[in-house]
Amino acid sequence: MIAGVHRTLLACAALLLLATGTLQAQELPAVPKLQGRATDLTGTLTAGQQAEIEEKLEAFEQRKGAQIALLVVDTVKPDSIEGYGIRVMDTWKLGRALPDDGALLLVALQDRELRIEVADGLEGALTDGIANRIIVETITPLFRQGDIYSGINAGLDQIIRVVDGEPLPEPDSRWQGGGATGGNLGNLLPFVLFGVFALAHVLRAALGRGVGAVVTAGATGGIVWVLSRFLPVALVAGVAALIYSLMATSLRGRGGTGGWRGGGFGNGGFGGWGGGGRGSGGGGFRGGGGHSSGGGASGRW
Amino acid sequence: MSANKFGLLLVVSLLLGGCGVNTLPTQDEAVKAAWSDVLNHYKRRADLIPALVETVKGFAAQEQKVLIGVTEARARTGSIQLTPELLNDPVAMEKFQQVQGQLSQALKSLFAVTENYPELKSDANFRELQAEIAGTENRIAVARNRYIDSVRVYNTTVRSFPTNLTAMVLKYKVKPNFSVENEASISQPPNVSFEPAPAPVAK
Repeated sequence: MIAGVHRTLLACAALLLLATGTLQAQELPAVPKLQGRATDLTGTLTAGQQAEIEEKLEAFEQRKGAQIALLVVDTVKPDSIEGYGIRVMDTWKLGRALPDDGALLLVALQDRELRIEVADGLEGALTDGIANRIIVETITPLFRQGDIYSGINAGLDQIIRVVDGEPLPEPDSRWQGGGATGGNLGNLLPFVLFGVFALAHVLRAALGRGVGAVVTAGATGGIVWVLSRFLPVALVAGVAALIYSLMATSLRGRGGTGGWRGGGFGNGGFGGWGGGGRGSGGGGFRGGGGHSSGGGASGRW
Repeated sequence: MSANKFGLLLVVSLLLGGCGVNTLPTQDEAVKAAWSDVLNHYKRRADLIPALVETVKGFAAQEQKVLIGVTEARARTGSIQLTPELLNDPVAMEKFQQVQGQLSQALKSLFAVTENYPELKSDANFRELQAEIAGTENRIAVARNRYIDSVRVYNTTVRSFPTNLTAMVLKYKVKPNFSVENEASISQPPNVSFEPAPAPVAK
């Protein structure tokens, strides 16, 4: 009996493997996870070169606000360089959402193809014609000599110079990942609020109304202090938590005649939050929600 | 209004929301927006063509046939204006695709011919236009893909239960999508090469 089940399971697994195998054969190459501004999946760039590019792009982003990234892959086949480029852009969401100021330099070494993918907001400065000139006049001549690093470096320098000419909003430190302390609190605020709600109810049940409220307030203040490293903010948060947990208690204490609790509706509201396309996180660098319509240029060498 | 009545209202609106009263117009609008994008890029391509034809004429006036072909194909696209309202008409849609496809083909032959004119190919103006048109073709492909996705989402809603009932009552119909076989031929941007000359094969 058990052996029979086993066999069936095995057969199922084999079928599944077969199915995914055949699917894989036709599937387009996956977009790598966004881990940094300079991603080299081929091992062509040395660690030092990669760090240098990373640093340059980061400095530019801090100065100008626009996000430029580099991706070097072996091949994009069976996809086209344009198709792959737009998929990377859709996934990485380079550039800030509103000015849409992102750009991607994509190099497929084995295919000997490259592309500059431009998010909508930069199309005014980095037009198809200019992107094409950067590829034809700057990058591919160096690539033809076999100097991939110099080609990439010179190309990125030109892209930076062109984007520098584009008037863009000031860089915003909030979404630069890491670093900014006050900014992090803003991102964490919903969690802190939710935590206070949960804490207030649990502690009220465990310790009673007065003590529960005080402990909640203390804990909230402490957590906010640790997060923000700023005492006045923590004090305000603590007092707010105290007021909330006292009020929540008294509301609840009145009994369930008029108060509608409706947990289900509350959840519906939460769904909209957090699912938003703020880009795929990772490694302290993430896209800001930029979007491309397929602008840019491709080339071969 | 008592809390009970408010709650009831909320429940009713949520139930209505579940049957597509909100989803259908939202997705319908998304389809229209995606379509406007497609049209914009087709329009941009058409706008670039006169300058391209003029530039090519300056270097290769003898290529009358190809140049006239492009100009005529462009004129035909201008005669069909597919507004979002006409999107529900499969015949108009078919015609539109056909005409735009013909223009893509005509452009392809034009760029193929220009390969024989090194001076034209090194002309800065021509290269710029060529890059703009290649970029626009790619934008068209991207916009078409996004349009196809939005129509798929919309059609799924129109066809699946229980939203199909609402769609029937509110007269939301299944929209025609770009046909796949056509898609393959059109979405391929013209093979534009910017290389000075193919590098000699090493012996």
